Amino acid sequence: MSNDKTSRASRRAFLRGSVAAAAGAVAAGTARGQEADPLITEVQDWANGFGAGVDEVPYGLPIEFESDVIRRNVEWLTADTISSINFTPIHALDGTITPQGCAFERHHSGAIELKKEDYRLMINGLVDTPLVFTYADLERFPRENHVYFCECAANTGMEWAGAQLNGAQFTHGMIHNMEYTGVPLRTLLNEAGLGDDLADKWVYVEGADASSNGRSIPMEKALDDVLVAFKANGEALRKEHGYPVRLVVPGWEGNMWVKWIRRVEVMDGPVESREETSKYTDTLADGTSRKWTWVMDAKSVVTSPSPQMPVTHGPGPMVITGMAWSGHGRITRVDVSKDGGKTWETARLAREGENKALTRFYLDTTWNGEEMLLQSRAMDETGYVQPTKTQLREVRGENSIYHNNCIQTWHVTPDGRAENVEVS
Amino acid sequence: MSKFPNLGLFVGVGLGLAVVATMAINFADRFVVPVPEGNPTVALVIPGGGASDSPGLIVGAAEAAEGSGGKYGLGRPALAEEIAAWDLDVMPDATGLPQGSGDVWTGEEVFAEKCATCHGDFAEGVDNWPTLAGGWGTLADKDPVKTVGSYWPYLSTVWDYVHRSMPFGDAQTLTHDETYAIVAYILYSNDIVDDDFTLSHENFLDVEMPNAEGFIVDDRAETEYTKWRAEPCMENCKESVEITMRATVLDVTPEEEGTEAAEDHAAMDPPSETPVEDAAPVEEAAMEEPEAEEPALDAALVAAGEKVFKKCKACHQVGDGAKNRTGPALTGIVGHPAGAMEGFRYSKDMIAAGEAGLTWTEEELKAFLAKPKAYMKGTKMSFAGLRKEGDLNAVVEYLKSFPAE
Repeated sequence: MSNDKTSRASRRAFLRGSVAAAAGAVAAGTARGQEADPLITEVQDWANGFGAGVDEVPYGLPIEFESDVIRRNVEWLTADTISSINFTPIHALDGTITPQGCAFERHHSGAIELKKEDYRLMINGLVDTPLVFTYADLERFPRENHVYFCECAANTGMEWAGAQLNGAQFTHGMIHNMEYTGVPLRTLLNEAGLGDDLADKWVYVEGADASSNGRSIPMEKALDDVLVAFKANGEALRKEHGYPVRLVVPGWEGNMWVKWIRRVEVMDGPVESREETSKYTDTLADGTSRKWTWVMDAKSVVTSPSPQMPVTHGPGPMVITGMAWSGHGRITRVDVSKDGGKTWETARLAREGENKALTRFYLDTTWNGEEMLLQSRAMDETGYVQPTKTQLREVRGENSIYHNNCIQTWHVTPDGRAENVEVS
Repeated sequence: MSKFPNLGLFVGVGLGLAVVATMAINFADRFVVPVPEGNPTVALVIPGGGASDSPGLIVGAAEAAEGSGGKYGLGRPALAEEIAAWDLDVMPDATGLPQGSGDVWTGEEVFAEKCATCHGDFAEGVDNWPTLAGGWGTLADKDPVKTVGSYWPYLSTVWDYVHRSMPFGDAQTLTHDETYAIVAYILYSNDIVDDDFTLSHENFLDVEMPNAEGFIVDDRAETEYTKWRAEPCMENCKESVEITMRATVLDVTPEEEGTEAAEDHAAMDPPSETPVEDAAPVEEAAMEEPEAEEPALDAALVAAGEKVFKKCKACHQVGDGAKNRTGPALTGIVGHPAGAMEGFRYSKDMIAAGEAGLTWTEEELKAFLAKPKAYMKGTKMSFAGLRKEGDLNAVVEYLKSFPAE
């Protein structure tokens, strides 16, 4: 316990600018061979006595030393936490799969508790036979597994007018990436029976919570890759992500991934609900607004180093890492710049990019303690190159709120600290 | 053996377990004591019985479905009353809109009771809750104010959202007529209808939403993708790079532990939807001299102003015996120094403006009433503003008819 407190305290001290504490840490790391390490030469408690028995925690949480890797809220963003959002600690994660327990939450009327036995899904509207399914019914349809990212359209939305929040978690943490198990929506629509003329048809999807969040989706997308999902990362969805059943709309903005989905209505036009008119529309500089901006364009961010992940190891070998994603398909390449975009080098993708899923990238490099303006730039299979904030502003102005997929800059100083900045 | 039969149903699972079981024997044989003599792999596979056809199981299921027209015979028909209970959405052409009606003043009462806690008496929004009125003509500004009046393109959306999702924390309790009345009041608060208006299913489509034409369908394919699908620069991409803005200057990021930041920002003005903190300087108070002469009143304009003043009456009294209430008494306000009605507790900004010489000339009063929060950021007056110049002229004329005693 005391170890935990010390390490967290020194990390905070570092973040606040107490360089002395960090300098001590660097010295300890580089003073190799000076004196024998008591962690090696002395028998430690954990090498002498017992650890925890099985069943001590029937369902485990991360070890206490990782207790700072949690979802976090920006209180001044919203009026209260019932209709609000928090942020995935992407700065501290690696790989691509987001653990459910720290994947960002967005509720419009709080996370409800809905039992599987009480769950009903209705398909109605322009179908041959309106149907009601139970949860058990859903499990009898052939199901599929897919990994997809889910990004809130407002991710990075606070950064339109300038560098504002100092941490990758806060600037880019409205995203998670999970492996979903579910039934294609097309299977359920076919079960209710669609007519032959599907042109100009839409589905309206609606949640069971009090916000009654609903979105209109064109039939072409509904029949393509939309999934009615009930498992994520192998286990049941968490309450905060729509247990027992949510919609997965690959590559499209998170608001459409309706949680606690209770109804799918086939319609001959969009409902133009609150969430697709007054919200999730993107106002341009001249005051007109784009609507139906569903796709999340290619985007990337360096997660470490970043403001919450300062460099503590001093000069020498260094791993720069981050993640990239595109709602248009696969990430094909990520470039990294250390000088604010003057020169770029191509990073290594941990695995080949996957369709509408997060890709992890690494730049295995050497740091000589120099100042850096770190950026990453994603490219997807359509050839789209992640734009700079200047490029975005030239087209849209600063009032779009949503769909800010600009290149992010972290200013890393010789003492290892990193800050969210904007560059010319 | 009794533990194993279930595991053999899917041969893939069975084989996986067999491998695990073999490793378990190699590395921790105490855990597999129950395994019988002989090869454990064989013991695991046999009990399922269907080993020969199992490998094709998943593919086979999908193909079977295709073969029978994609139907599985699952679920049951939805009953008409079940569909009626859940299918409540209303479309822009009023499809799905139930019959009913409600007038502005009934709406004001219902709104005050069920909505004003968050949205304010005048739909202006309390703290960080949504502002429903005002914001006209701000969509191209630095910080647009998006309200039902300034932004929402369809009336159906307002009705549908209020009916299905409001009041916050007590959703789906409003009757159809209450919903019509609230929507009528929101329209009135936005100066879209007059105070004697009654909204009903019959005139629903006659209401013109000011920003109905303010939207275009996503055009990124033409305006952005054509530009940004190109081979990017790798070297000498810029002459120089300068830092132009730093997040730490704003200092709005939560602390690691969270609490200190919350305290720091509790005193901040609630941000708009794009919460960039710009320290907008308080507008300098104008230093005009009060008018010396009292011009004659326009009786017709005074009468019109009395009607407009209905919007003010909830908080302000004027005339004989007028007292301070939520807002200050307004007898003699025209020509009076700002922030100086006796006994009223004004905002700091209002007091400062008065001390700096601000006097409520007709022009200043009109500027204030047109956009109170824009005119004076710190004002306590939670009123969205009067949109029409005629209303401004009328209400000021009306106020002029109550000179200081």
